[in-house]
Amino acid sequence: MGVEELPVQRFSFLSLLRNALRYRKGWQRMWRNPEPKRRYDVVIIGGGGHGLGAAYYLAKEHGVRNVAVLERGWLGGGNTARNTMTIRSNYVRPPSVPFHEGSMALYRELSRELNYNLMVGRRGMIAFLQGTAAARTAARMANTMHVYGANYELIDVEEIARRVPAFRPPARPRLPLLGGVCQPDAMMARHDAMAWGFARMADSMGVDIIQNCEVTGIRRDGNRVTGVETGRGRIDAGKVGMAVAGHGSVVAEMAGIRLPIEVQPLQAWVSEPVKPFLDQILVFSGYGCYMMQSDKGELVIGGPTDPYPSYAQRGTFPIVEQVTAAVLEMFPALARMKLLRHWAGVLDIVYDGSPIISRTPLDGFSVDVAGAGGFKTTPMAARMHAWLIANDEPHELIRDFGLDRFERGRLVFEGGVSFNR
Amino acid sequence: MMLIPCPFCGPRNEDEFSCWSEAIPRPADPSSLSDAQWVDFVYNHRNPKGPVREQWWHARGCRRWILVERDTRTHDVLSASAAAP
Amino acid sequence: MSDAQTRRLPAGGEIDRSRRLRFRFNRVELEGHPGDTLASALLANGVRMVGRSFKYHRPRGIVTAGAEEPNAIVQLGGDEDEPNARATTLELREGMQARSVNCWPGLRFDLGALNDRLSGLFAAGFYYKTFIGPPGDWNLYGPLLRRMAGLGTAPERRVERSCEKRFHHCDVLVAGAGPTGLSAALAAARSGARVLVVDDGPVPGGMLRESTVEIDGMSGREWAREAAAELDASPRVTRLERSSVVGCYDHNLFNVVERSPPLSFVDERLWKVRARRVVLATGASERPLVFADNDRPGVMTASAALAYLGRYAVRPGAQAVAVTNNSSTYSVVRALADAGLEVAALVDLRPQPPPALAGEIESRGVEVLTGSAVVRALGTREVRAAEVASLARPRERRRIACDLVLCSGGWDPRVHLHSQSGARPRYQPRLACFVPGESPLPQRSAGAASGAFALRDCLREGWEAGVETCRDLGFSVPAAETPRCSEEAPLEIEAHWESPAPAARGKAFVDLQNDVTSEDLRQSVLEGFRSVEHVKRYTTAGMGTDQGKLGNANVIGVLSRALSCDPGEVGTTTYRPPYVPVSFDTIAGRERGELVLPARRTALTDWIENAGAVMFEAGAGYRRPLYFPKSGEDMAAAVAREALACRTSAGIYDGSPLGKFELRGPGAVTFLERVHANRWDDLAVGRGRFGWMLREDGRLLDDAVTFRLGEERYLMFVGSGAALHVEAHLERLLQLEWPGLPVFLTVVTSQWTNICVCGPRAREVLGSAGVEDDLDTPALPFLTMREMQVAGVPALVARAGYTGELSFEVNVRARDGLAVWKALLRAGEPLGLTLVGSEASMVMRCEKGFVSAGFEGDGIVNPFDAGYGWAVDMSKEDFIGRRSLARDARVGGIRPKVVGLLPEDATFVPPDGTPLVECGAPLDSPPVIGYVSQACHSPNVGRAIALAVHDDGRRRIGERIEVAAIGRRAAALVTRPCFVDAAGTRMRD
Repeated sequence: MGVEELPVQRFSFLSLLRNALRYRKGWQRMWRNPEPKRRYDVVIIGGGGHGLGAAYYLAKEHGVRNVAVLERGWLGGGNTARNTMTIRSNYVRPPSVPFHEGSMALYRELSRELNYNLMVGRRGMIAFLQGTAAARTAARMANTMHVYGANYELIDVEEIARRVPAFRPPARPRLPLLGGVCQPDAMMARHDAMAWGFARMADSMGVDIIQNCEVTGIRRDGNRVTGVETGRGRIDAGKVGMAVAGHGSVVAEMAGIRLPIEVQPLQAWVSEPVKPFLDQILVFSGYGCYMMQSDKGELVIGGPTDPYPSYAQRGTFPIVEQVTAAVLEMFPALARMKLLRHWAGVLDIVYDGSPIISRTPLDGFSVDVAGAGGFKTTPMAARMHAWLIANDEPHELIRDFGLDRFERGRLVFEGGVSFNR
Repeated sequence: MMLIPCPFCGPRNEDEFSCWSEAIPRPADPSSLSDAQWVDFVYNHRNPKGPVREQWWHARGCRRWILVERDTRTHDVLSASAAAP
Repeated sequence: MSDAQTRRLPAGGEIDRSRRLRFRFNRVELEGHPGDTLASALLANGVRMVGRSFKYHRPRGIVTAGAEEPNAIVQLGGDEDEPNARATTLELREGMQARSVNCWPGLRFDLGALNDRLSGLFAAGFYYKTFIGPPGDWNLYGPLLRRMAGLGTAPERRVERSCEKRFHHCDVLVAGAGPTGLSAALAAARSGARVLVVDDGPVPGGMLRESTVEIDGMSGREWAREAAAELDASPRVTRLERSSVVGCYDHNLFNVVERSPPLSFVDERLWKVRARRVVLATGASERPLVFADNDRPGVMTASAALAYLGRYAVRPGAQAVAVTNNSSTYSVVRALADAGLEVAALVDLRPQPPPALAGEIESRGVEVLTGSAVVRALGTREVRAAEVASLARPRERRRIACDLVLCSGGWDPRVHLHSQSGARPRYQPRLACFVPGESPLPQRSAGAASGAFALRDCLREGWEAGVETCRDLGFSVPAAETPRCSEEAPLEIEAHWESPAPAARGKAFVDLQNDVTSEDLRQSVLEGFRSVEHVKRYTTAGMGTDQGKLGNANVIGVLSRALSCDPGEVGTTTYRPPYVPVSFDTIAGRERGELVLPARRTALTDWIENAGAVMFEAGAGYRRPLYFPKSGEDMAAAVAREALACRTSAGIYDGSPLGKFELRGPGAVTFLERVHANRWDDLAVGRGRFGWMLREDGRLLDDAVTFRLGEERYLMFVGSGAALHVEAHLERLLQLEWPGLPVFLTVVTSQWTNICVCGPRAREVLGSAGVEDDLDTPALPFLTMREMQVAGVPALVARAGYTGELSFEVNVRARDGLAVWKALLRAGEPLGLTLVGSEASMVMRCEKGFVSAGFEGDGIVNPFDAGYGWAVDMSKEDFIGRRSLARDARVGGIRPKVVGLLPEDATFVPPDGTPLVECGAPLDSPPVIGYVSQACHSPNVGRAIALAVHDDGRRRIGERIEVAAIGRRAAALVTRPCFVDAAGTRMRD
């Protein structure tokens, strides 16, 4: 899309300067706050990155503009607002790699495409290999990724110390440090901006973004979806797409569908902000946690999911304690950094840890479930979901991510998923 | 951190336990089920937002499996009972 | 008194004037007294400007006297290394070294202040709208702009402190020891409940520390001291000073951080308090008013000025102007005037404040300007004057000289803990603030924390909360005897957030630390943001180290005006724990070093470490030997030597981490049938059998070897890494699915030391170690177990192992383990018995093609795929996983199969995980048809070998494929997955 065609106010340093001189009265609204219409061609349930993105790609790539995005709270207020902004691609299954690599490629262009700065910055991710099992898994990942042309390096401890000046290899670590695996292309981005950027462009193309509009039921005629019931009344739709991170089971149940997912809280926390000293995203594989420094200077830290299903959007403190202890084991000097804020998002964890972007037994009703945290896949999942809605057929890239893989027993296992029967 | 009233040990912190999701009895005769029914049992979860009866293992306590009725919205524990006599 | 402490009053306060503490601030040597905070000591020395703001680098001064402080953030140096310490709560120490953060080269001249001039650009949303490129993008600009981020600098050296955790249970937790909390605690203590009282001050009293009101005929401070003394005398009461309740979690669990606990060597202690009931007596904090340049050093909240005066005997300025929208400020002004601070004027936004209050002030020479507002603070590095206007004639401005502007925009109950419990605060228009709503947990808020700001009401509500809470718990409660105090003027607030008389110039800040102005808020509304969460994120209001404690109410207020709605409709943002920041070392506590992940050890681990083994983390918390290098040997050489020894002479290793379960009961055989894929009902006593346990989805859970020790008694060995998982699986089935099945499962993993002796000379080794039993195959065939004496102690000896060689597993009581190990080594020395580490075991499993659930069983491969069809009996009616295998068979299609690979280059060992591709497949993104699950150099075959998972691989045996490793693509021959002794005679005969 060329510069001239942009249907919205174009952002640039010049426009900023102009508005600074005009005492900032010249800014347009980012999006409208429309009343819902009676009928849309497509209704997307869920106004986070995945839902807004699907609406954007429907409008942009498929010319489907009579679209509503229904959000029960404020747009981008679910997991979009709660994730830790990391974009990476480290997978071992053939279907996973092109999908995640493709998502990274979309991210790299997204600021320009949306004319909105998502602050997508290349940071690099280094996973510390703490034990032979981790090293084996990393080697497998690196080799698989390599076949698909992804940039992946295995580095030794000295090289880690060289790249991460703040890291001094501990003399007697509890877990041996064998080296690291580095994905130089891993990125961080501003999560809110992604939702806002998609929303702004989708709105400009005619998509109605309706906040504070909770879906309470899915309407059907026989085996065909016909619309939704909402807190603001009935809305008819030719097709309905679901993109509700952390609430997949709840919405799917309205359509009479059970999904192979379980909700688990995933916590993250930040320290007080300090001057930048850490560029990369560090993963401590032996402790199952990670650390990085945000553009604001806060250390962003997180660990494994809480060990039980919960919709409460709050976490259990022992996870914070374990992970903090692990971080100090690797970076003892950070002892006097302070925890500023901790929170939790609710993840729809899929049985095999991979996305579900799929048609369902209810005709016209499709689902986009991230699998195990969906920030990194947002543009690709949204784009593929839009394709699926527009064509009633999965794109080649997501053929293995359908619900039918469970019936066929052909799962796409990524990472150990613990829940079991 | 939830306080779970283990019927054998009394109220204990949640980190003594492991949770194994909703208690759904294994079908008595799996071979009588269709593939679709079986797949539904193996992979799919009701995953309810609200009260649910779950299987918890007191792994760092008495090592008994207990049934805990818990609200996934609030973490309220509504009941906890011994599974077997 | 030091000459430098020009602002210190000659008497009063809580400080110890008999001692002096020297400290440095920005390299200048200053003095204070014990009892000072860094902030009060700075003010006593006349230091007004303490830092620069985050974005515009504007000079900033001390605004509050507590945890709400947004500006006085310092870096501690000297023998400490701590960023972002809050001067207002930091107790002064001898030798303390502090410096301002976020300014370069220095506090007085800061280059970053240029941003202030360009502020039109740096308004809300600045970053989102630019640096999109071309030219360049965020990869170019991001790193440059990031340099501006952060306040202090990350510590670079480890400053060791002693931190610990403590669990505590109580009937009633009282958060706060101000008038409300003390009153509640007294009532609870007198009822006999176990009470924990927590307060963040160094002395009890909260606002009583500076209050001028008398209680029961005593000064507030005296009353608090007496109340605390009564509590301390009660054995059922614990009272913590210098402690903050920072987090509220499920089921009334609270995190409490105690700083410098008395009578201990601990620097900081994290209490985890499980309370049956909670009284939240956390008080309220005063919010400032928003007006132009309200950030100049010298602008502070009225109550902060009173705190500096009352607690520390510091006059925070020479001449003040006060501005308020409520009556609480009158008593503050009265106290300040009585202490000799000149107050030029009290500017009251209300047109008609209560006349009696005004009269009292005016009699002290303070001019009262009603219906008026402070429009702007003048001065740069500190306030020089206040510009005041009457709201009736807003264009007429008057300047009043002053170096202190005291402001009060009202009071905000500290609802943080209440909100963390899951409650939503609600807006109370009469008080112009958010007050607690309904808490889902057994908690109640009282006193100022619930919106009852008058001292009398605090004392009464606190008492009632204590009484009613204890009554609920069944304690006999004391008769009412609420402490008495004089009446105060009601608040009578008029809701103003921002000065209604607009200034022509200047910035009006709502969030001082993150430099968010009221104009930024209005701009974000103009751009379509309506939710307070959006505005917070777009402008960063409330996201500083104070987490919006000071500014959030004003953000909501200004937003409500911009959106033309009630502040209650705007609502609050979510309050996240902790209430105040908590040090990482406090959170980690004693879980440092080895204890960060406690390691499990067998009876032999010490010996093995002393023998010079290279240890590794083997899973399930075990540290195990990877290999035993001889001098000058590298890993490859050592592993080859060990693996070779096992097949040519004998090897010995510690198998104790194997999971061991004893199964007893008449249902045991039925149980084994149900959890394994193969048959068990024909196993004779004394014999053992290998079997796969599957998950219900038909995938490999773990392989086990189980011996039948008696009619109804079995001993099961499972993989060490999976042991806990298998135990949970089996116990769950026994207890939840088949409770009627009479079987007991007992974990005996650490009861037995398991020593494996393997290799062609293994029999001789055991013989030399004093085994008199017949170990020959007819007497002790493969997979049998007998009780016998080894090295003079009773042992269960089994013909089993994971190497494919003649192999004996010697199981002895753990306490005999080391002696038997040493005896076997002695006996084996002349026979070439070799210590074997785990890596050599892995080489041997690869040589034999023994499938491992952890390597090949990656969630897709079923036992048929793995080549273990012989160990699956589909004729059994049911077993765990059977139905899924039947589904697999019906679905059909191409399945991944476990195969062997022989790289054509016999020296090329492909890395684990290397993808398989067809020969001649394109270099770029070829279809992947499998992967190498494990590869090694086999000293016994004398070449590189590999196991792999290959789509439809069994049909491909004999064909060539390619392994596509990083940096090398090489051809390999697909083979059966076994490279040594395919018939298995060595192991069996």
